[in-house]
Amino acid sequence: MTEKNKNEPAPGGIVAEVAQMTEVELREHEAEVADVVATDREFAVGQGETLLEMDNVTMRFGGLVALDGVSFDIKRGEILGLIGPNGAGKTTCFNAMTGVYRPTSGQVLLEGKPLGKTTKHKITRKGIARTFQNIRLFDEMTALENVVVGTDARHKTSVVGALLRLPRHFAEEKAAVEKAMALLEFVGIADRAGDKAKNLPYGYQRRLEIARALATEPKLLCLDEPAAGFNPAEKDELMELIRKIRDDGFTVLLIEHDMRLVMGVTDRIVVLEFGKKIAEGTPEEIRNDKAVIAAYLGVPDDDVA
Amino acid sequence: MTTTKTPSTAKPPTAPWRTSISERWNNLSRFQQWVILIPVVVLIFALPWLNPPILTTEPGYDFSIAMFDVARYCLIAIGLNVVVGQAGLLDLGYVGFFAIGAYVAALFTSPDSTLWKIPYLAAVPLAMAITMVFGIILGSPTLRLRGDYLAIVTLGFGEMVRLFADNVDALRGNRGFSNIGAPPGTRENGEPLFVNFDGKPWYVLCVAVIIIVLILAGNLERSRVGRAWVAIRDDEDAAELMGVPTFKFKIWAFVIGAAIGGLSGALYAGQQGFMNNQKFDVLTSVLFLAAVILGGSGNKVGVLLGAFVVAYVPLRFLSIAEWKFMIFGVALTILMIFRPQGLLGARQRLLAYGRQAYQRLVGRGEMVSSDTAMSAEKGGLMNGGSGAPK
Repeated sequence: MTEKNKNEPAPGGIVAEVAQMTEVELREHEAEVADVVATDREFAVGQGETLLEMDNVTMRFGGLVALDGVSFDIKRGEILGLIGPNGAGKTTCFNAMTGVYRPTSGQVLLEGKPLGKTTKHKITRKGIARTFQNIRLFDEMTALENVVVGTDARHKTSVVGALLRLPRHFAEEKAAVEKAMALLEFVGIADRAGDKAKNLPYGYQRRLEIARALATEPKLLCLDEPAAGFNPAEKDELMELIRKIRDDGFTVLLIEHDMRLVMGVTDRIVVLEFGKKIAEGTPEEIRNDKAVIAAYLGVPDDDVA
Repeated sequence: MTTTKTPSTAKPPTAPWRTSISERWNNLSRFQQWVILIPVVVLIFALPWLNPPILTTEPGYDFSIAMFDVARYCLIAIGLNVVVGQAGLLDLGYVGFFAIGAYVAALFTSPDSTLWKIPYLAAVPLAMAITMVFGIILGSPTLRLRGDYLAIVTLGFGEMVRLFADNVDALRGNRGFSNIGAPPGTRENGEPLFVNFDGKPWYVLCVAVIIIVLILAGNLERSRVGRAWVAIRDDEDAAELMGVPTFKFKIWAFVIGAAIGGLSGALYAGQQGFMNNQKFDVLTSVLFLAAVILGGSGNKVGVLLGAFVVAYVPLRFLSIAEWKFMIFGVALTILMIFRPQGLLGARQRLLAYGRQAYQRLVGRGEMVSSDTAMSAEKGGLMNGGSGAPK
């Protein structure tokens, strides 16, 4: 086989079929895929009520105060942007939510229940999934396998069940592969499903991280600078994808530096600076907020006081 | 188009002939694979009887016993591969589990022991159960450690087991246990089937056990358990954040590895018929590890090959046996420079329905020889991949 052949979709695969589809067929197919991706449509129910609450969260590392009494809510079905200059505490905020750090004081509540000392993998199962600022995929696995690891978060097969191949194992494996395939299509990287993650192009790796996080069936999806290193065209595609994820019933928390992307896609924005929340509101309000402008552009000397 | 990251270039180019063999193998149907596998398995079973001229270790060393030794190493390599290759936990004290298995078999079947006696075939599962318990005992406090620290603790564990055998009176130190039990069965002339001077029945038993263990290990590999292990090996923190209970699965890797180690220890004790404290030093642990690394950590066929080399070469070429550690040392060094993934470094498959899925999605199998996949970058097909111009 020549190199060219290897990268072209071989006949018979879904990827090749999709390439041949008419506009109408394509839309139907996409709807089907979206259906498989968000199996549990209940997530969309109760739109607007509080999903996650940061209640006066403080994170101290020795003398450094990374988060200082930060409070905000994330509502079901919204895209919330979390912005701030470098070192403002955005990723610390993520880490406090996903259980990587435990808040020094204050608490994180998911659906009204404090996360407390819940371990990381249990928090994922409770419904918070994330991507990483520096891509952290399972390099030696194929794209499809990476996503299936995400679906495993919901699986109940025991080690003995897997060892002896009991019926539940087969049922879960089958469902997992179906779902993972749909997810790869959903984020648009199905054509490289069989490639090792480390061999995928950069943009594909970013999308694969999103697919893997979605596979855990999160109520809240946290994206940590998903557009880092993207060109403007790619950023537009990513915006589209984030909207599509929300429309499919997920709630999204987005950390991002790119203002055009944040302003274009979020419903509400929280601004952090030096570990403190300095503003919260719609993109329009944030754009005109004096404190935010000062944080980003600095304040002329005569304006102080 | 500017954002495409060049994937890591650390990997040396794969030999094209090997790639094509593994790829060709993967493109065969299950049925075709069995058609090839069954005669190979029959041939492997028949080896001690065939005693092929070049392969034979005689007159220096009885060929059937040599083959049993090779098979024993293969079984150990499969067990250690679960821990080191799949879950990525460096275990330098694996000989400890092997020793515990051997001692349990000896304690419960040898007339020298003061414990009550049970049949050998009952002692084998008991040996596995007890090593599993030791796997948990060693694992639960230490598996919170990572990398080098874990390796050091396991090294200490292996030594502890050996020192116990040296110093605890009930384990009889150097005097050891003789007349250790064996499976039942008699020959035509009325003598017992399993004796320590004829390796053939032991070899057949051990190969049968290997096949069962391989099938079970394959089941685990293509399930959430195998995926969890590889995820932990690749990036433990990310795995935990993706909902993998990493601690639980690391313990399981240890326990399953320990059980296989105990099983091979019990088989070894049975074949030898005599067991004392002389065979469980650190060097043996390192030799086990060498088999796994040499063959291709993580790949079952690879570690079988590695175990074959490590066990067979010193028996076949008795004149160089004294130099084996130096030779393996040099061989490993050269291998790590030119082929860090081991002799057979093929990746393992982690999905029960992977074959069908890749076929349906992209109309071909997965990319086994992944290096070819990174050439010509192509725009996405669905809603535009990373490189797609608008």
